[in-house]
Amino acid sequence: MFAHTFMKKLSELEVGKKGVIKEFTDLEMSVKLMEMGCLPGEEIKLERIAPLGDPIAVAVSGYMLSLRKQEASTIILQ
Amino acid sequence: MKAEIRVALVGNPNTGKSTLFNLLTGLNQKIGNFPGITVDKKTGFSSLPDGRRAEIIDLPGTYSLYPKSRDESIVFSVLADKVHETPDLIVVIVDASNLKRNLLLYTQVADLKIPVIVALNMMDMAKKDGITINIDSLSKKLGVPVIPISARRNEGIDKLKEAISYANKFALQQQSIDVKTIAPQLVDAIAEEMQLENPYYALQLAHQHEHLTFLTPEQSSRIEELEGIHQFHSQQAQAAETIARYNFINDLLYDTVKTEQTAQEETLSNRIDKVLTHRVFGFVIFFGILMFIFQAIFAWSSYPMDLIESLFIWMQEGVHKIMPAGPLTDLLADGVVAGLSGVLVFIPQIAILFAFIAILEDTGYMARVTFMMDKVMRKVGLNGKSVVPLIGGFACAVPSIMSTRTIENWKDRMITIMVTPLVACSARLPVYTLLIALVVPNRNVWWIFNLQGLALTGMYVLSLVSAVVVAWVMKHILKARERGYFIMELPVYRMPRWNNVLLTMYDRAKTFVIEAGKVIIAVSIILWVLASYGPGDNFNQIEKKYSQPQYGQKMKPTEREHAIASEKLESSYAGYLGHVIEPVIKPLGFDWKIGIAIITSFAAREVFVGTMATIYSVDGDPEEIQSVKDKLGTARNAETGQLTFTLAVSFSLMMFYAFAMQCASTVATVYRETKSWHWPVIQFVYMTALAYTASFITYQLLK
Repeated sequence: MFAHTFMKKLSELEVGKKGVIKEFTDLEMSVKLMEMGCLPGEEIKLERIAPLGDPIAVAVSGYMLSLRKQEASTIILQ
Repeated sequence: MKAEIRVALVGNPNTGKSTLFNLLTGLNQKIGNFPGITVDKKTGFSSLPDGRRAEIIDLPGTYSLYPKSRDESIVFSVLADKVHETPDLIVVIVDASNLKRNLLLYTQVADLKIPVIVALNMMDMAKKDGITINIDSLSKKLGVPVIPISARRNEGIDKLKEAISYANKFALQQQSIDVKTIAPQLVDAIAEEMQLENPYYALQLAHQHEHLTFLTPEQSSRIEELEGIHQFHSQQAQAAETIARYNFINDLLYDTVKTEQTAQEETLSNRIDKVLTHRVFGFVIFFGILMFIFQAIFAWSSYPMDLIESLFIWMQEGVHKIMPAGPLTDLLADGVVAGLSGVLVFIPQIAILFAFIAILEDTGYMARVTFMMDKVMRKVGLNGKSVVPLIGGFACAVPSIMSTRTIENWKDRMITIMVTPLVACSARLPVYTLLIALVVPNRNVWWIFNLQGLALTGMYVLSLVSAVVVAWVMKHILKARERGYFIMELPVYRMPRWNNVLLTMYDRAKTFVIEAGKVIIAVSIILWVLASYGPGDNFNQIEKKYSQPQYGQKMKPTEREHAIASEKLESSYAGYLGHVIEPVIKPLGFDWKIGIAIITSFAAREVFVGTMATIYSVDGDPEEIQSVKDKLGTARNAETGQLTFTLAVSFSLMMFYAFAMQCASTVATVYRETKSWHWPVIQFVYMTALAYTASFITYQLLK
């Protein structure tokens, strides 16, 4: 069997799809994201992408959060 | 009167904190300064059921005690400032429909061991989302009173006041996490050295000592030293703390909160977002809304403005009739009343503009605008969050520049501060409306568009474009200090709280009248004196000249009066001043009278109208009192006999007012916000240079 060893980032999620946060690649950003409820183990759903392609809006911890794609790319999903 | 108990209001943004503050304090509020920090402190008084008076302090909304922006950094400073007295009680307002994220701040605040009460807001929303909260069990587990309220519907406020009056002097809350495990030796060392009992307080000092003004430099550098000894890593410690806190919260909520797994139906907010942030409709709607606001400012305000205008003409006539003729009467009627009327007439427009901005903020739409515009704004060196100050700039640059505190990134914030005064603020509105009314015909084109409204919209669009261009230039000049980011909550759409909208309208109109009124009365009086008196015996000479028989024969008495008045103005102090700068402004199409208005406008732009009213009252026929517009419309150049306010001159003037930094309050605010004269000076110089250039080009092209 061929295992999927690549890491899926939040920024690669499709609109309407869900994922579960696994870890972060950037400590500074992770501190801020965790305060806003993006914690490891938390389910996160990509709700929409801004009309110009960036930033994105995600549903997490029961509310809607917007962040830039570059920031979303520091969140690794399971 | 001193308050018997000091209560600080703390909570996440969008939790209804300011609504609760308004409910508790009513109109009994004041804005002051926090000691040592230049951030506005909103306080008010509330009478408690037991007859005591509580001072309520409204702190900026924040998600955590660790600040991401300047605004948020106040919260810990106030709660921890033992030098200036910490609050007796903290009311933490939490959103019941989003308890988990809201409780993070609660656990941090609670661990400071100041007595706490939890106000559980938006219970109705939580119920709608299928969330049931066992309040008794939550209260027992936290060890503090939990009071369900609905700030919007004014429910539970009495219960909250009761709880405040019963509040204990001692903190009874349960410890949430074991702080010492995060940085054991360091916390002990700081606590011992600074004689602190609270380990979390010690940990916070370790994180935040650099920007806490109540610490002495020696204390701060000692903490720094201790951090080095114990190898403290601020971000790692913060990450560990946040995870520990969420673990505590998850345990806490496990058997106190039940969420019904309802069929995943789409929320209303989501459906609204599909339209409002649509890739095409989103922008169409946004520009439609802006267009509507500007049309409304004109259409809805014309009736009350006419009313105010005629009231002042009536007052001016009254003063002339009742009081004996003489310099004092002239000063009052032609100086003060004429100057004031020029300003007060714009209250309806300012109130309407502020009402719209309050509605956009209140409904949650402003956050969507930020979301949609971030990418564009970033391209020109700004940030999605710069949209709020820029749109607020249409009302007034002063509060807008203060609102840039929410922008986390230093460079983004500085650029926003530098370009916000370019946006057409409400003080320019009087100047624009007056000049547009003079030279642009009042008729409709293309079905519904009023030509004057279009000209005004043009000025507003120009202001935004210029702000964007200047921002883009600065993006390449300024160096970044840290990386920028954009992590922002998109709040659920709500109906605007009409009380809040009315309160904002009232508040802003009042501030405008008081602040602008003071300047305008002062400027009007000074100007009137300068225009009514001249150096030496110039005035006597003029009287003598015109009393010679040849004038009596050639001129009608009214004509002679007029000639005397206008010659007197020219040889008055104001006239001299105008003549001094005339060579500089002549290429822009301005004569010395406009020169006087420009000089006085450097205090505040809206003074222009008052100044023009004063100058042309002195000059004009005293028997016939006209509105400012009529006065300017009939004004003629003394040398050429042509109308003074031609299309070229009016538009050149508008360009000057569009770009010039003519606002003492903004200069002071920029100084306050940037803590250096460096920035306001640069801003003043570049804006004045832009103004001169734009004005020069406009006049030379149109003339």
